[in-house]
Amino acid sequence: MKYADEFRDKTIAHGLVRAIGAEADSQRAYRFMEFCGGHTHAISRYGLEDILPANVRMIHGPGCPVCVLPASRIDMAIRLAERPEITLCVYGDLMRIPGSQGKALLSAKAFGADIRMVYSTLDAIRIAEQAPNREVVFFAIGFETTTPPTAVMIRLAEKKWLKKFSVFCNHVLTPSAMHSILENPDIRDIGRVEIDGFLGPAHVSTIIGTEPYEVLAEQFGKPIVIAGFEPLDMMQAILMLVRQVKEGRHEVENQYSRAVTRKGNRRAQEEVSDIFELRDQFEWRGLGLVPHSGLKLKQAYAQFDAEKRFAMHEVRVADNPACECGAILRGVKRPVDCKLFGTVCTPEIPIGSCMVSSEGACAAHWTYGRFRDYQLRRA
Amino acid sequence: MRATVYQRKLDIENGRVDPSHGAGGRAMAQLISGLFHEAFGNEWLARGNDQAAFDVGAGRMVMTTDGYVVSPLFFPGGNIGSLAVHGTINDVAMGGARPLYLSATFIIEEGFRFSDLKTIADSMGEAARAAGVYIITGDTKVVERGKADGLFISTTGVGVLADGLDLSAEKARVGDRVLVSGSLGDHGAAIMSRRQNLAFETEIVSDSAALHDLVALMVAAGGSSIRVMRDPTRGGLAAMLNEIAHQSGLGFRLQEEAIPVKPAVAAACELLGLDPLHVANEGKLVAIVAPDMADAVLAAMRAHPLGCDAADIGEAVADSHQFVQLSTSFGGGRIVDWLLGEQLPRIC
Repeated sequence: MKYADEFRDKTIAHGLVRAIGAEADSQRAYRFMEFCGGHTHAISRYGLEDILPANVRMIHGPGCPVCVLPASRIDMAIRLAERPEITLCVYGDLMRIPGSQGKALLSAKAFGADIRMVYSTLDAIRIAEQAPNREVVFFAIGFETTTPPTAVMIRLAEKKWLKKFSVFCNHVLTPSAMHSILENPDIRDIGRVEIDGFLGPAHVSTIIGTEPYEVLAEQFGKPIVIAGFEPLDMMQAILMLVRQVKEGRHEVENQYSRAVTRKGNRRAQEEVSDIFELRDQFEWRGLGLVPHSGLKLKQAYAQFDAEKRFAMHEVRVADNPACECGAILRGVKRPVDCKLFGTVCTPEIPIGSCMVSSEGACAAHWTYGRFRDYQLRRA
Repeated sequence: MRATVYQRKLDIENGRVDPSHGAGGRAMAQLISGLFHEAFGNEWLARGNDQAAFDVGAGRMVMTTDGYVVSPLFFPGGNIGSLAVHGTINDVAMGGARPLYLSATFIIEEGFRFSDLKTIADSMGEAARAAGVYIITGDTKVVERGKADGLFISTTGVGVLADGLDLSAEKARVGDRVLVSGSLGDHGAAIMSRRQNLAFETEIVSDSAALHDLVALMVAAGGSSIRVMRDPTRGGLAAMLNEIAHQSGLGFRLQEEAIPVKPAVAAACELLGLDPLHVANEGKLVAIVAPDMADAVLAAMRAHPLGCDAADIGEAVADSHQFVQLSTSFGGGRIVDWLLGEQLPRIC
């Protein structure tokens, strides 16, 4: 497959592994966090853990928007969808996420709620146009990559005079979450976890550019390398991280230069800032309340804001106390350290955020890598 | 003497199914004889009884049944009719049996076009004739508009199995080879390319085909050294091998580089975020074969047009966890797990 196979070449990969091995100090361990679920998935899908040197370990970060969505937001969506006048449009991967009572949108649909799976924001607009008497709500979710399409959709709804169309906004911001992880006492004060650097987001960075990470690299003294989602991208970025550590640097570097610039996509940024503004705080499953980490619609677009239109309110619910997702997301624990992992918490019936989508740390490990746990035990 | 003379012929070109076509009256009789008998034409149907009596040769009988709800009804490489014949023939054939007869039930939504129904029935007849199988009994029901999405078909198949042949998952042994008859994911990718909200341009065509001739060649070459055969339909190769792992108590180790996937299918899966190993097939089979006979069976497969791309993709291993593991072409390892949830509703 052209434009993909080039970035999956085994020979080059093994060359990069040798280079990482040669640059890395064999006397120390390296712990890098890949922020994005896309990276987590690719690491598991290609079995990268098997070919990286043993002293280089990847910590799977919180960069899966579906995983970090708190149960309370799912509850809100279910309550909304159960209203007879509402048609709720959602992306397919949200359908199975359990809310606080273990109920997911999929079961709400089975009980009669009008919930439609869509593949793009335009599908939702089409549904609204076809059913002008229904209240059509789009369940918007995602990091900076998916926010511009939501912005464009709201503009389009405005232009088309869709009076009964609105958006349930759950867009969140990457740098705020990275900040929250680095601010956590486990990492900053106790130093229980040493994160030596970050593999920075690929698609998110095409929109926001590399600049927003500079303050993080500076403030926390951690190298950040923006990396593409192909396996060779990641290997090369890991090599760049190892070099920075070796040379005592903590800079933002851009491995994914074929798609990412320092300033990002200005047009997309403008669209987003025209329509959205920061929330004071937003809850992340596994991380708790993170200040300035979520977006909401500006007052000028209040008619498209489902939360206002339907007076939706959030009732916070506690995560399962035995769930170790928070610690796993910060790299303090591994999936196998959680007693729920693979027992009551599986991809079929996820309890915690990391098990919810295939990009979550636990689900990726369960789906692709759990055979290693038994190899370890045997060894 | 012919008992019934219809006053007006079925207007295949412009007519549509209405409730009277399922009501047991003259309209239904006319639909059955004018459309289905025409398409399937055989001596059993011609007798017009509520059942069909047939002779069976030596050996044990094999029976299977399947429902078809595919959407869209017409897709590149076939339609719900050809699929309903191929799919059921294949389920009979996977036991090593020779398929002989089919029954067919049609659940039709009011308003369905006669012309579409005729196209579908004709392709069923054609598929059955090409396979040397007869559709000898059937049923027609009509439901109100909105109660079925156009047309659902259910077929039941009967076949005979030669004495001494008993293919079953628990017969798999450590060291057995895993053979696949050709490229994976074609059917699922073809269906997806025609879904209303997904539609993308591609040359991918469904692999829908009857596999019993290929199976006959394999059985002639390998006999009982073929432990088990399955056609990897919904859930793809991944679901099928996990199922056999579970039933046999073994694990499997596959080589990603050996698994045939067409570049266009790989690209479509990449685009949609799917794993080709989870995508449905309708004209492929997987055989678990004793190692000493694997090459002979593979050669027999390659001698048939439906097996010309057959490949040896891995082996059965001792594994109390019954994992299906894959050595990635990148040099790492991973599990090939069951498909989670539903990849795509109504693929067959």
